[in-house]
Amino acid sequence: MSTIEQEMVHTVEGGHHDHHELPFIRKYIFATDHKVIAKQFMFVSLFFLVIGGLLAAMMRWQLGFPNQPMPGGNILPDAMMAPTPSGAIMLPEFYNSLLTMHGTIMIFFAIMPLLVGLFGNLLIPLQIGAEDMAFPRLNMISFWLAVPAGILMLASFAVEGGAAGAGWTSYAPLSASGEFTGVYLGQQLWLVSLTTIGFSSLVGAVNYISTVINMRAPGMTWFRMPLSTWALFITAILILLAIPILAGALIMLLFDQTLGTGFFRPEVGGEPLLWQHLFWFFGHPEDYILILPAMGIASEVISSRARKPIFGYHSMVLALISIGFLGWIVWGHHMFMSGMNPLLGTSFMISTMAIAVPSAIKTFNWLATVWKGDLHLDSPMLYALAFVSMFIIGGLSGIFMASTPVDIYIHDTYFIVAHLHYVLFGGSLFAIFAGITFWYPKMFGRMMNERINKVHFAFTFVLYNLVFWPMHNLGLQGMMRRIYDFTQYEYLVPLQPMNRFISICVFLLVATQALYAFNFFWSMFRGEKAGNNPWDSNTLEWTVPSPPPHGNFPEIPVVYRGPYEYSSPESDTDFLPQTTPPRKPPVQQWIPEPVTPTPEGF
Amino acid sequence: MNWSWILPEGFSTVSGPIDDIYYVILWITGITFFITEGMLFYFIFKYRHKEGRKAAYDHGSTKMELAWTMIPLVIVLWIGYVSKGVWDEVKVDVPPAGLEVIVTAKQFEWTVTYPGPDGALGTSDDFETLNELHAPEDEAIVITLRSEDVLHSFFLPEMRIKQDAVPGQDITVWFEAIQPGDYTIGCAELCGIGHTTMGGTLTVYTAADFQAWSNSQAQQQQP
Repeated sequence: MSTIEQEMVHTVEGGHHDHHELPFIRKYIFATDHKVIAKQFMFVSLFFLVIGGLLAAMMRWQLGFPNQPMPGGNILPDAMMAPTPSGAIMLPEFYNSLLTMHGTIMIFFAIMPLLVGLFGNLLIPLQIGAEDMAFPRLNMISFWLAVPAGILMLASFAVEGGAAGAGWTSYAPLSASGEFTGVYLGQQLWLVSLTTIGFSSLVGAVNYISTVINMRAPGMTWFRMPLSTWALFITAILILLAIPILAGALIMLLFDQTLGTGFFRPEVGGEPLLWQHLFWFFGHPEDYILILPAMGIASEVISSRARKPIFGYHSMVLALISIGFLGWIVWGHHMFMSGMNPLLGTSFMISTMAIAVPSAIKTFNWLATVWKGDLHLDSPMLYALAFVSMFIIGGLSGIFMASTPVDIYIHDTYFIVAHLHYVLFGGSLFAIFAGITFWYPKMFGRMMNERINKVHFAFTFVLYNLVFWPMHNLGLQGMMRRIYDFTQYEYLVPLQPMNRFISICVFLLVATQALYAFNFFWSMFRGEKAGNNPWDSNTLEWTVPSPPPHGNFPEIPVVYRGPYEYSSPESDTDFLPQTTPPRKPPVQQWIPEPVTPTPEGF
Repeated sequence: MNWSWILPEGFSTVSGPIDDIYYVILWITGITFFITEGMLFYFIFKYRHKEGRKAAYDHGSTKMELAWTMIPLVIVLWIGYVSKGVWDEVKVDVPPAGLEVIVTAKQFEWTVTYPGPDGALGTSDDFETLNELHAPEDEAIVITLRSEDVLHSFFLPEMRIKQDAVPGQDITVWFEAIQPGDYTIGCAELCGIGHTTMGGTLTVYTAADFQAWSNSQAQQQQP
């Protein structure tokens, strides 16, 4: 039942072992090797992460120092900043573009390609014992669709009217016609760019799903798969089902913008709420696309660095699956105040509350994994534990908004801004730091500098909390999100000092990231050389050289056990790689099945 | 800087029940927060690597899995149950109107239409105010919320009321203020370049004062 049709791959690809040296352009630019594509995704999305951070910093300038000249604002064009004798002051239309583009870039061009493009590509074939993805050329296409999408998105800043300014959610009818925002081409570029990167994700998802189903090494049963691969597999299914809905909605909105259709424009009989339903029917699974791989990465790092089997492996898998499933029936919780029938609010509240359960299961299993462990508190572990502690806060604050009556007050305030950043920054981004640091030696053959990373961790953790924790308080005081100048409201004026404090912390937080950037590049050349398995981990990627050669495995490995057999009494050390055969093999306990591709291959 | 998790005072009949649920959730999540984060930090300290330590070889416990599945499930479903009652009170069960008005949102202002002396909307004695909503206390104000262009969100923070205005839809919103005074009207949905300026004032009077105000407005605005 459980084996993988490795032979099939050999037949299809003609075998990887006798490959010749590829020319530079095929090896590093139009590459088909999943590890190279993973790195390409990493470099591009880290670049976008920096851009997204800078956009946030500019926004925070306006909020911390409303209507004061922004340092360096003079270099920006007059369409963004109003020149005054004392300096350039941000225009509200530019602020709207900033909030829109910060959200869009962080979600679609930074976090998602880091989690899915980087870790999906890097980990899936290595962790299941495959030579590459099922469709290496499709994989290349996936990356090369993301690049033009990113260029279009950035280019929209330079067009007349500026970049899209209707929020990352682009609610119609504001987004459906330039007359409401003054943004015509920018909004259209936004739509085309997202459709393109959506296609990129879709192509990637097909590849991940096929690879996981068909290319697991002999003995790599479903329940011997590492949780990171499990999470990426569930994520790929969510992407496969969610992206077409977004694409449909984007194309309809583009038609409304350019062809004069009226899907979302009420003056010609359209329905604005339809956009919200479509957007969030995609958007909530998307929210889990942004957290499930992070959960997988954290599980991986925590188990390895705690030298202890993951607690409740099966529950962890089932929780991933149930979060993936429940993610489809909760989209209405973004729409409690939208004018949707309030009776629907109650059903969406209950389904949303139900998601707290698998989230709790995961959290307690992480806690129990740490319990009685032997915790090696090196930097990947610190980032991963930060993920857990911040995910707890993000999960708990979610309950406030899930409760419909409480949401009446805090909906669209800074409370939700705090919540989503606790999940996406405290959660996803800390897991990304954990993952990059943990698999860095596998990617580059060298370790990142531990001391710099620990300093980076300490500053990031503290500053991050100083930025986002008080946003809860701002929200509770009634400060709306997406607001250019909150001092226009008398009751919000007393929040000025706290906003200024947050802004200063944001500037420091952004600056702190230079440490990681420096370490990232410095270690590539000067880092301590890493062996095959610097973390003494069990999963398959640590059995091959760092970085692994083209084709990954000298021969396809055979898997004998689960991925988290740390501190097992069967081993003299505190780890037991998945490829270690049983010490005294009980007769006939496991034999690799003959490799015949069957329709029910899994 | 206000680091408090206490809500600002509410001034409507529903602000009490809404705030109560908020505080219930605050207690539940607060306790969970301290327990889980406390455990995490304690474990990190207690089980940090030392020479000779070996981690327990432990794959899990069905009893514990059941416990941390069932207990959160019961708690969140209970929160959902009590939330439903208040939600219905605010959004579903609209009481008989003491005063009916129409609030029309457009970029970037709120127009309020009052029924005038005859007490009926849509007649010639209706009158309007811009960015001001005037209302009597202790009466259910039933608002028909409309938008002429894009989405807006009608936000009365002190009344704990928020409702998006959707072009093409009439949405009913109601509240009952319990104390005269000036309160905030805000727009909580990004509605364009001037979104930030789309504020207004809610003025709550005693019944007699409101009648006086209403009469004077009706006279002033008559052609």
